[in-house]
Amino acid sequence: MSGPAISTRGVTRDFKAGQQTITVLHGIDLDVKAGELTFLVGESGSGKTTLISIMCGILWPTLGEVEVFGTDIYDLSDDDLVEFRLQNIGFIFQQYNLIPSIDAASNAAVPLIAQGMDRHEAREKAAAMLEKLNIGDQAGKLPNQLSGGQQQRVAIARALVHEPRLVVCDEPTAALDAASGRRVMDLLREVAVAEDRACIIVTHDNRIFDMADRILVLEDGKVTHDGEHMPEDH
Amino acid sequence: MIWIAIRMLTGDPQKFFGLVFGIAFSTLLITQQLTIFVNLLERGASGVYNVSSADVWVMDPVSRTTDVAYAMPSTALDKVRGVPGVEWAVPHIRANASVRTKDGDLEGVAVIGVDDATLIGLPKNMIEGSVDVLSQPDSVIIDDVGTTRMFPDASPIGERLELNDQRAVIRGIADAIPSFTSTVVLYTKYSNALNFVPGTRNRLSFVLVGKADGLTSQELVDRIEAETGLRARTREQFARDGVDFIIENTGIPLNFGITVALGFIVGVAIVGLTFSLFIRDNIKQFGALKAIGVTNGTIRKMVAAQAGLVGLIGYGLGVLGTVGFIYAFSANPTFKGFYIPWQIPLISLVAVTLILALTGWLALRNVLKTEPASVFR
Repeated sequence: MSGPAISTRGVTRDFKAGQQTITVLHGIDLDVKAGELTFLVGESGSGKTTLISIMCGILWPTLGEVEVFGTDIYDLSDDDLVEFRLQNIGFIFQQYNLIPSIDAASNAAVPLIAQGMDRHEAREKAAAMLEKLNIGDQAGKLPNQLSGGQQQRVAIARALVHEPRLVVCDEPTAALDAASGRRVMDLLREVAVAEDRACIIVTHDNRIFDMADRILVLEDGKVTHDGEHMPEDH
Repeated sequence: MIWIAIRMLTGDPQKFFGLVFGIAFSTLLITQQLTIFVNLLERGASGVYNVSSADVWVMDPVSRTTDVAYAMPSTALDKVRGVPGVEWAVPHIRANASVRTKDGDLEGVAVIGVDDATLIGLPKNMIEGSVDVLSQPDSVIIDDVGTTRMFPDASPIGERLELNDQRAVIRGIADAIPSFTSTVVLYTKYSNALNFVPGTRNRLSFVLVGKADGLTSQELVDRIEAETGLRARTREQFARDGVDFIIENTGIPLNFGITVALGFIVGVAIVGLTFSLFIRDNIKQFGALKAIGVTNGTIRKMVAAQAGLVGLIGYGLGVLGTVGFIYAFSANPTFKGFYIPWQIPLISLVAVTLILALTGWLALRNVLKTEPASVFR
């Protein structure tokens, strides 16, 4: 793989708040490599959610360019951008956002069904992914019949089932104790990190910082640190 | 994705059944009220429909319906008979009277006098007895509304009535379409009717006419009007006159219109509120789907499928409810002969489609406005 998986150049994002314009991101330039577990770290309000939203094509930057695997995603038409996300990006949301009325396998199969795959075939593939995540026996259960950890695994399966090249994970350990958080991170490293895939985790959980391959620290809309470890003053 | 949409909807039974109930209730209200309205209106033409053999009705120029008629001199009958193309013409009298039963109850009735010789003017079918009973002295035939109203517990055959101080004996029961007011009707011979109803110089209400072969009813109407100066109407025109009279002279269209509008508004309110709650409860899921890569077009199809399913089930239940209502009350003379014209379910379908389109659109706006990025907040 030549070149970065994700490249941002001069990404700026403003929000209107009444008469005021607030600049949340100030000309972010960064590259994210495939095959690494990259942490995007920062306090609340630092701009990390805005940056990750822009990096995965769900929020337009006010200025700047974003390339994901060589594609300038904000140069795409609306429909093409949606299709790009569907084919190339897997999402793991903090609240999981599973559909409560369909079982675990069907939830995990959503991206494949959205791609147009036959429902039964998609469900089979999703069940295999759940098996890989050690919850194959829960495939037929509804989300409310699963524990929080099992629901998170279903969400991970949904993010990976269509073999995306970019996996974005929002605060995966926020609601977990230290040991459970590390187990989830081990799992993510095992299943989500691959040579041709970029994996970005948004977090402010300092208990797992040592598990990152690379840490980007965001403060007041600027990248203040880029390295393998957290700076000592954090 | 349609399958997922349907499962999202049916997975929340409270809201699903709430939506189905809203549509079913609206459909029932609209279909049932329109059905009663149309059938009641058609009762305005029952006097015409009950006389199936007359092609043309001839009357005084000021007469408007079978119940709003100004009597003509008996010479009108001869005038009509003299018009070329008239195959036959018979006298017909319709008048109001009061009867006293043997229990002393007073009842307003309509007395219909039919041609003595041919008995043209009687309803086609009899429930009990034969039309020949009218040849016996003082005979009357009562309609089934009268039987139910005046003799609910026993057969009226052989019962004597005091009809405007004259003796009348019931000797048959006619199978007639009730009038708009469900008035009791007594059929008798024209000559008897002249005795039963209070006398004025002119007594002839209508002349019933059969047309000769090779002539249309309208052509005969034109001829009769031109040659006699009387008003003539084809059977269809006169039936329509009866319906129009009710529309123009009663508050019924307005009242039923208000109920139908309420059905629509209640439907919009129940379905709109429930649909909005359903969408609000699932907004995070819709947001996640949008982030994952589900297009707005697919989301529209999903909401349309949800609305379509609710509409199909609710509409079906509503129409079934109306059919059940009509069936359950079919034995009641007030609802005798009621049917659901095919246009009414179609109108309900349009109303339901409008309700779902409106509420679905309102609910959909929230989904389409939801930014995919909101799932990270």
